[in-house]
Amino acid sequence: MNLVKNLKNGIIKENPIFVQLLGMCPTLAVTTSALNGLGMGLATTTVLIGSNLVIASLRKFIPNKIRIPVFIVVIATFVTLIDMFMHAFALELYKSLGLFIPLIVVNCLILGRAESYASKNNIVPSIFDAVGMGIGFTLALTVLGMVRELLGSGSLFGATILGGSFEPALIMILPPGAFLALGFLIGLVNFISKKRAA
Amino acid sequence: MNYFSIFIGAVLVNNFVLAKFLGICPFLGVSKKVETALGMGIAVTFVMTLASIMTWLVQVAILDNFGLQYLQTIAFILIIASLVQFVEMFLKKSSPSLYEALGVYLPLITTNCAVLGLAILNIQNEFDLMETIVNSLGAAIGFTLAIVLFAGIRERLELADVPESLKGFPIALITAGLMSIAFLGFSSLSI
Repeated sequence: MNLVKNLKNGIIKENPIFVQLLGMCPTLAVTTSALNGLGMGLATTTVLIGSNLVIASLRKFIPNKIRIPVFIVVIATFVTLIDMFMHAFALELYKSLGLFIPLIVVNCLILGRAESYASKNNIVPSIFDAVGMGIGFTLALTVLGMVRELLGSGSLFGATILGGSFEPALIMILPPGAFLALGFLIGLVNFISKKRAA
Repeated sequence: MNYFSIFIGAVLVNNFVLAKFLGICPFLGVSKKVETALGMGIAVTFVMTLASIMTWLVQVAILDNFGLQYLQTIAFILIIASLVQFVEMFLKKSSPSLYEALGVYLPLITTNCAVLGLAILNIQNEFDLMETIVNSLGAAIGFTLAIVLFAGIRERLELADVPESLKGFPIALITAGLMSIAFLGFSSLSI
């Protein structure tokens, strides 16, 4: 029961992007298409699960004073693994995400979960927490990617949806479109949650 | 490529915040007042330039030399984290007034992806040491320019009548989007 709550917490109540506003850089940078958003989300989720697992199992051995450097090394190790893995098996995605794969290290979401959850809880709840947060992050990135791809190039996951007379708004897949789309999406989430509360 | 074009390119055309999405967290987090934004900008400039030089030296002298390129991410983040710590301790002893001014922002810089991103980009572009320094200074000044301008707009925004659901973060993002459109104009600049 509690574990399900962990999952739901990450996806809805404390959604990393829409509610906590963590990990903004990759969110804005890689969501030029739905597929890129999904890929980034999955890569981050994998790192998050790995780092939460290791940190939760080592938490009794990590001296309190140097815990942040230790967390960063653990996270950087998983990021290096994912980096090599994607280079070997998903070259197209690797090229389009580019610089933002090594930059998963400094995604505040991952360090945030390590510090606020995994370093204080057992292994199993930590994994569920990571999965929930990861799904929430992936979901948000994919939605943002879908909105931008649909408006900016008239397609979804590479398949043309709005053909013919539709004139793509190129601005949406350029940098300004990321800020505008995310701003309005968060506004929409606020609007809905206020309607619900009222 | 001459130094001038690298510098202008880093400040305006490829502005770190508005065109490359590096350093968004401090950009949105500490931009409520012009003064704090300026403080953050100066702290970032300081750390970015130092970190780029250090990481460039480590890359050339150690990683390339011994074929350890796969350790790049881990090595760089450790260098940046310890550099920030070191700078903090150094300033505390040698220049308490500067430390007072920058104090709060220094630890935040470790997780500023602009610093790590810049270090990696310098290596990817195969810059030599002098080009690395020029590029880092340019990128840091570009960051400072963007965050100070943005803070100026946000101060005015406080007084504006914004729709209820867009208050706070969403309107800040939309403002950043409009600024980004303005900076897009520089992309046709060819030097």
